[in-house]
Amino acid sequence: MEKSGAEIILECLKKEGVKHVFGYPGGAVLHIYDAFDQQDDVMHILARHEQGALHAADGYARSTGKPGVALVTSGPGATNAVTGIATAYMDSIPLVVITGQVSVPAIGSDAFQEVDAVGITRPCVKHNFLVNNVDELATTIKKAFYIATSGRPGPVVIDVPKDVSAQKTIFDYPEHIDIRSYKPTERGHIGQIKKAFKLLRKSERPVIYSGGGIILGQAHQELAAFARRTGFPVTQTLMGLGGYPASDPQFLGMLGMHGTYEANMVMHHSDLVLAIGARFDDRVTGNIEKFCPQAAIIHVDIDPSSIAKTVKVDVPIVGHVRLVLEQMLEIMDEKGFMSPDHEQLAPWWQQIEQWRKANCLRYDKDSGVIKPQSVIETLYEVTQGDAFITSDVGQHQMWAAQFYKFDKPHRWINSGGLGTMGFGIPAAMGVQLAHPEANVACITGDASVMMCIQELSTCLQYGLPLKIVLLNNRFMGMVRQWQEFFHGKRYAMSYMDALPDFLRLAESFGHIGMRIENPGDVKPAMQEAFSMRDRLVFMEIITDETENVYPMIAAGAGHNEMILV
Amino acid sequence: MRHIISILVENEAGELSRISGLFSARGYNIDSLTVAPTYDPSLSRLTMATHGSEDIIEQIVKQLHKLICVVKLSVLTDHAYIERELMLVKIATTGEMRSEVPRLAEIFRGRIVDVTPRSFVVELVGRSEKLDAFLEAVGTRHLLEIARTGVTGMSRGETRLSL
Repeated sequence: MEKSGAEIILECLKKEGVKHVFGYPGGAVLHIYDAFDQQDDVMHILARHEQGALHAADGYARSTGKPGVALVTSGPGATNAVTGIATAYMDSIPLVVITGQVSVPAIGSDAFQEVDAVGITRPCVKHNFLVNNVDELATTIKKAFYIATSGRPGPVVIDVPKDVSAQKTIFDYPEHIDIRSYKPTERGHIGQIKKAFKLLRKSERPVIYSGGGIILGQAHQELAAFARRTGFPVTQTLMGLGGYPASDPQFLGMLGMHGTYEANMVMHHSDLVLAIGARFDDRVTGNIEKFCPQAAIIHVDIDPSSIAKTVKVDVPIVGHVRLVLEQMLEIMDEKGFMSPDHEQLAPWWQQIEQWRKANCLRYDKDSGVIKPQSVIETLYEVTQGDAFITSDVGQHQMWAAQFYKFDKPHRWINSGGLGTMGFGIPAAMGVQLAHPEANVACITGDASVMMCIQELSTCLQYGLPLKIVLLNNRFMGMVRQWQEFFHGKRYAMSYMDALPDFLRLAESFGHIGMRIENPGDVKPAMQEAFSMRDRLVFMEIITDETENVYPMIAAGAGHNEMILV
Repeated sequence: MRHIISILVENEAGELSRISGLFSARGYNIDSLTVAPTYDPSLSRLTMATHGSEDIIEQIVKQLHKLICVVKLSVLTDHAYIERELMLVKIATTGEMRSEVPRLAEIFRGRIVDVTPRSFVVELVGRSEKLDAFLEAVGTRHLLEIARTGVTGMSRGETRLSL
């Protein structure tokens, strides 16, 4: 039987097991929306801005490991989606984004709501397609899901002209797809793994530095097994948090610019860095010239272009992190490598315990004002460390990363690479839809929250009981902090004058608003908020406006040159 | 250092801009770029001359491989290879240049393919340095117009870039 392009899109989504699509209608996608209305398998979530739809699909993907799907119209629909696409691209999040396009004959004529979506998104997608003919539609969608979710994941855009979504053809969804130019490496090269073991076995000061690849590659169990077996200390990037249990004694905390003192000192003094699913980002390495001066580096990553991009690597291993870790565990079992008594590492651990005594995350707990760090600690306590936490970007994001101890993967949802303010609330919507029974909290700031505040309306429409924790310090806190440290305390444009009354704003959107101004009120208010299982509660917490994120590696400094409190 | 990379790429609309966009986005140099279909209509062959340190070239190769549209590639300059460039050059031929240009063309094994009372067009094929040398020999003040194809090339011997 013949189906229209629009119906084919819905059929394909069904075949891919898609339950939710986040989007916003418009002229070029009306046929597709019409098809949505005639089926019950795929639920459409109407965002209030395309950026919100993209972040929601992204949060959905990050919290489930499945691809997120978004649907937007041509022109401004596509351009509004770009920030969300770029956010997903930087953090390697699998998304399939369908953008409407003007009809094929109108392409290139500057038609109403026409934009070259394939051209605009090209630098921030893993791949993109313009579908010129309805006969190519099903295969293209199959390819898009395959490309988005395999290898190093990423967003894929499919630009569908309006007439293509109306044309009819026989629907035939391919079961398998083979792309001759795209064959991601899976298992690691055994020779390279053997070379790695030569270094691993003789190392006296090793460290495992792992990143978002552990989460994306579902390799947390293998990482834990490897760490336990070797007794190596583990540090993680912002994107990797939750990939190794934060409550484990071998965990050093996050590394990098706002990482812990112990994690950064371990990196600096280590003789062997085993990097797994991490990409030596500039916020992690600090000054490259001063990075890990004594260490040999083994780098396991599925993306060869991540290896030796910024830092020279001694043993590159290209492969899926889970499979490579499995291979390594097998070899250890076979050969009896790396005996678990770890005597060789005893002096190293003694040194690490010394660094830990710096207590680098300390802050003034007796101050009369609410300290933002204490809010995160209270949130951890009230949610028993088991919530999904999304964040926006800035100081609150760093405090969330430092003080909410993630024990499980997929729980920490933030825009690490692109640093997109406005990410938190819509991402939390996606998380809540994927996990309707779970506690989902969005930690945000008074600047970030304004960037996608309209999504509170979406939350009402779909009854999403998010708990929004707004740390209100009346500043763009991270900008203010840099101005204080590096720009002579000239606070240019970082003061958030004329903020709305957040309590009434939340109420006007149909939610529950709270304002908390005294340290003693934080915990009871939060307990009350989380007891309201079916309501969105917007907690505005008035925090110390002068608090800074410590410790810190200033730009140009090395891991051993941290600013403590 | 100068490198020449030959790339087999899916012959589809927009793929060239993925490659040129990669170079501009990451700040890599393109000294020249040629592209044309192959005998397999689904593939284009693209030849790119670039320069940079060994690390940069390694990244360029990895980043090109990462593009979904790139099927196969080879850094020609890593092994024995042949490179050629074609140039058409229009030269003002008044006075002594009327006899000098045919002499130079012969020395460089070029051909005169267009003649007017005041100009010649010379067609010349060879390595880029040879083309540069010809232009120098003619002298800038006599040059009216130049069109160069950019470098193309292939490996020597039996190794080949194909599917």
